[in-house]
Amino acid sequence: MNAERGARAGLSLQHLRVVFDRFVAVDDVSFEVEPGGSFGIVGESGSGKSTVLRAICGLAPLAAGRLALTGSAEPALPGSKAFRRQVQMVFQDPYASLHPRQTVDRLLAEPLAIHGIGRPDEREARIEQALDDVGLGQGFRFRYPHQLSGGQRQRIAIARALILEPQVLLLDEPTSALDASVQAEVLNLLEALRQRHGLTFVMVSHDLAVVTHLCQRLMVMQRGRAVEFVSADDLGAHRVSADYTRSLMQASLGFSRAAA
Amino acid sequence: MSHALLEVENLRVAYPAREGGHSEVVRGVSFTLGRERLGIVGESGSGKSQTGRAIMGLTAPGGRVTADTLRFAGMDLQTITPRERRSLRGGRIAMILQDPKFSLNPVMTIGAQIVETLRAHRKVSQRVARERALEALATVQIDDPERVYALHAHEVSGGMGQRAMIAMMLIAEPELLIADEPTSALDVTVQLQVLAILDKLVAERGMGLVFISHDLRLVSSFCDRVLVMYAGRVVEAIAASELHNAQHAYTQGLLNCLPQLGAARHPLPTLARQPEWAL
Repeated sequence: MNAERGARAGLSLQHLRVVFDRFVAVDDVSFEVEPGGSFGIVGESGSGKSTVLRAICGLAPLAAGRLALTGSAEPALPGSKAFRRQVQMVFQDPYASLHPRQTVDRLLAEPLAIHGIGRPDEREARIEQALDDVGLGQGFRFRYPHQLSGGQRQRIAIARALILEPQVLLLDEPTSALDASVQAEVLNLLEALRQRHGLTFVMVSHDLAVVTHLCQRLMVMQRGRAVEFVSADDLGAHRVSADYTRSLMQASLGFSRAAA
Repeated sequence: MSHALLEVENLRVAYPAREGGHSEVVRGVSFTLGRERLGIVGESGSGKSQTGRAIMGLTAPGGRVTADTLRFAGMDLQTITPRERRSLRGGRIAMILQDPKFSLNPVMTIGAQIVETLRAHRKVSQRVARERALEALATVQIDDPERVYALHAHEVSGGMGQRAMIAMMLIAEPELLIADEPTSALDVTVQLQVLAILDKLVAERGMGLVFISHDLRLVSSFCDRVLVMYAGRVVEAIAASELHNAQHAYTQGLLNCLPQLGAARHPLPTLARQPEWAL
């Protein structure tokens, strides 16, 4: 499956700006992710972190800035069908992101139909492969989302993104709706998939520990701006410069009576 | 403890099952609560919220609540009339719910909701009630109470809405506060502010607090004592400071599967559920 996937793609964002009416949601954000790399974005609600992801996959309008895939001579252009196939997104809430009246089979067949991939028998094989990839097996193929647990649903959402064999996976808080034990399973799955398929990750989360688990580098956002870029190792060793990053780090340690 | 605020013994909550009979979601939970912070931790479906709701008398219709003892401040909650139960609710026992977006009334101003709570339990004039409501909003560190008083739920942020709900729950000065995931819908930084407010109020007013959460780390840093629930039962009761010495494999597994800053483990340990935990 790897061979047909071709070259890995990275991602480059320059001076990205997203404006809703007059509200500037993302202001002058730039970063690069090398092919096969993983990049995290952290910040509180309203900081614009999810909007960055939505802008990358075309769900939010760009007011200014440049967005490009890197790593190949002729990268797919943003907005093109090829780009939409190569860049896939997994949303936060698996209870909301799966169509409640479609079976898993139909949910997974939809992206293949949209992109006109394969003959019917090939699609069958792809669906089976995608289910195996996320560790669910064929028994889940004809179930409805309400018959699945939260962790199983998120696996389906991941399978739906992977079935198009993307090169870049955008993850918007993929585990925040899940229990801690299920979160660990999904994080392990994402990590294994990234290694197996050579995927490039951009992951958004409010949980520093989760982001540093999956990503080597991360960007801290506040009010639409990038306040700091830091490597996971530096963050782990508490080597950060921005006060805001420090307060996020403090907060992730839990409640402290002394600080209150 | 001779004057326990809340005594729960062998609490069971059951709902009718589709294939007939009942399925128990809370199976024999026992604890006593003094004027302290008690955490109840567990995953979704462990029965932690159902335990809180049963104490509050808010079990969904069809649900069956039984207990050997269910006593609040010496009162038997199982034998008092619905009317007495109603006067307790929001008065001497209050509950904070998870998401202010869904638990505040969308068509009333925040101020009007707080006033309504107060006047349901205390005989005060509208004017006094308004003043008390403004005071309550100021207590939960809302900078401009006059402004927030006149806003609707959709006009405030999640953190602000949750503070407003805390103000509403505290205005009748309850003795027991049940907080069901009070900060899960909030950002980490706001979470800590809300917890600090709760902490201060518990300390100053001598309230008893039942803090229900899925977040073991948060609970252990905030509460005095923690009950760990699995499949409707308390599998372990432990002092929060002793959590790292937890005995039960489930508690250990829950603690262990969290990613930690500065201690990378790949892959993360996962929880191997043992069927005997659910017995």
